Amino acid sequence: MSSPLLEVTDLHVRIGGSHILQGVGFTVAKGGVTALLGRNGVGKTTTIKAVMGLVRSTGTITLDGAAIGGARTFAIVRRGVGYVPEDREVFAGLTVGENLRLARLDGADRWDLVFDLFPELKKRLGQQAGTLSGGQQQMVSLARVLLNDHRLLLVDEPTKGLAPKVVGEVADALARAAEIATLVLVEQDLKVVRRLAGDAVVLDHGQVVHTGDAAALLADEELTRRLLGVGMSEGAA
Amino acid sequence: MSTVILLAVTGLALGALYFLIAAGISLAFGLMHVLNFAHGAFLTIGAYAGYLVASGGGDVGTGRFVLMLAAGTLAGALAAVVTELLLIRPLYGNTHAQLLVTVGLSLALVALIEELAGSDARGYHSPGWANATTEIAGSAIRGSRFLAIGVAVLVLAALVVFLRRTRYGLIIRAGVENRSMVTALGIDVRRAFTLVFALGGAAAGLGGVIAGSYFGQVEPRVGTGLFIYALIVIVIGGLGSLTGTAVAAVLVGLLQQFLNYYAAGVGDLSVLALLALVLLARPAGLFRSTAS
Repeated sequence: MSSPLLEVTDLHVRIGGSHILQGVGFTVAKGGVTALLGRNGVGKTTTIKAVMGLVRSTGTITLDGAAIGGARTFAIVRRGVGYVPEDREVFAGLTVGENLRLARLDGADRWDLVFDLFPELKKRLGQQAGTLSGGQQQMVSLARVLLNDHRLLLVDEPTKGLAPKVVGEVADALARAAEIATLVLVEQDLKVVRRLAGDAVVLDHGQVVHTGDAAALLADEELTRRLLGVGMSEGAA
Repeated sequence: MSTVILLAVTGLALGALYFLIAAGISLAFGLMHVLNFAHGAFLTIGAYAGYLVASGGGDVGTGRFVLMLAAGTLAGALAAVVTELLLIRPLYGNTHAQLLVTVGLSLALVALIEELAGSDARGYHSPGWANATTEIAGSAIRGSRFLAIGVAVLVLAALVVFLRRTRYGLIIRAGVENRSMVTALGIDVRRAFTLVFALGGAAAGLGGVIAGSYFGQVEPRVGTGLFIYALIVIVIGGLGSLTGTAVAAVLVGLLQQFLNYYAAGVGDLSVLALLALVLLARPAGLFRSTAS
């Protein structure tokens, strides 16, 4: 078995007196999609932010064997980690084109891929990102990381609040992204998880309570309901 | 009519001075959330750097004055960069400590300049055309007023071009909106911090020479005196908004001049009243923070 691309060991995060992550540990193999699952408030987004260096943490985080824990956020990105935040966080005052040019790092040139995945954006390069719909903003957020040659993409709730048709488009884009990079996907829509994820890591109360094959987890209605609070038959957690 | 024109031009010139000092404060706060109370001292340093060049002997012609402007700009930028690297950078994330450090630095710089140059005001050399008057509709207006307005317009235009046409400008505009997301795109935003400080310091230093020409003298507290009004300007304009800063600077300058003349010197008080009104009606200022 090859060494993991991402390895998180004994990760702790404390924010404002709350012990959010309490020794989280998991590995992400190279290639494919690993889903980071759990009920609301169990620490999924905090885990992603800790890997990105956006919140202070203790523990060990390695990328392809090299320690990245404690590194500054921009340096972690420069090592090949792309981040699609919850709530998109596009720069509302900038145009779509400016959002993309800002995100494009030295030497990156995947404009064709981005415009192939999101032809809508090509038509709206001069439009202010703040005036886009939620789905279009998500496209900008995804396009920003897909422009670059990242090894690992951390994607936090990309379908949150989107219309069903747009959810399908975003899932298509994530499937294409998974062909060129490894994905860690925080996602509440279990249909999207079932379509994309090979592995699953489940958090509860700031700790990993389950790791394994995503399809096997979702096939077990009782286990899914116990860990995620919702069954596959309901579609979304 | 001639009085109105005179007040309008001097008001605009005063607003230009406010803009030159306020632009840097506003951008620094918008991007870094640093309210730099030492920024006024950068203007003073620029003014004295220009004074040193002027006191090299002989009359100050246009060539020497250009050198004074360059020296003031450079001195202001240098002071700002040193401040950012040595005092502000180690304290990012600690707003209270930054506030205390910059207040302390402001006091220390004024004391240092008083020690080196004396606390008395000194006459400021300007070229003949800056002191000469031009008659417009019956009002005689000194060239230094037009100079202040022209320089401020040029600085505003240069900053707008920089913010809109360069990658660092893009980074700063994005950073004013969401700094952590800029770093999450792989951009070392600290370089932009230093650049913003340098640009703000340069504008303030340039403003120091312009202020010397405008007032006809320089003294160690010139920058800290103007800083108070610059602070009011950026709050009225909207912290982080360059357009807001420019509009508010003009508003404050005009209001001060007109009311000081027509309402028995209540101009300064009226600025505070305007500030209160804006804060009540639009607490975030007249313009939103987009660094544009």
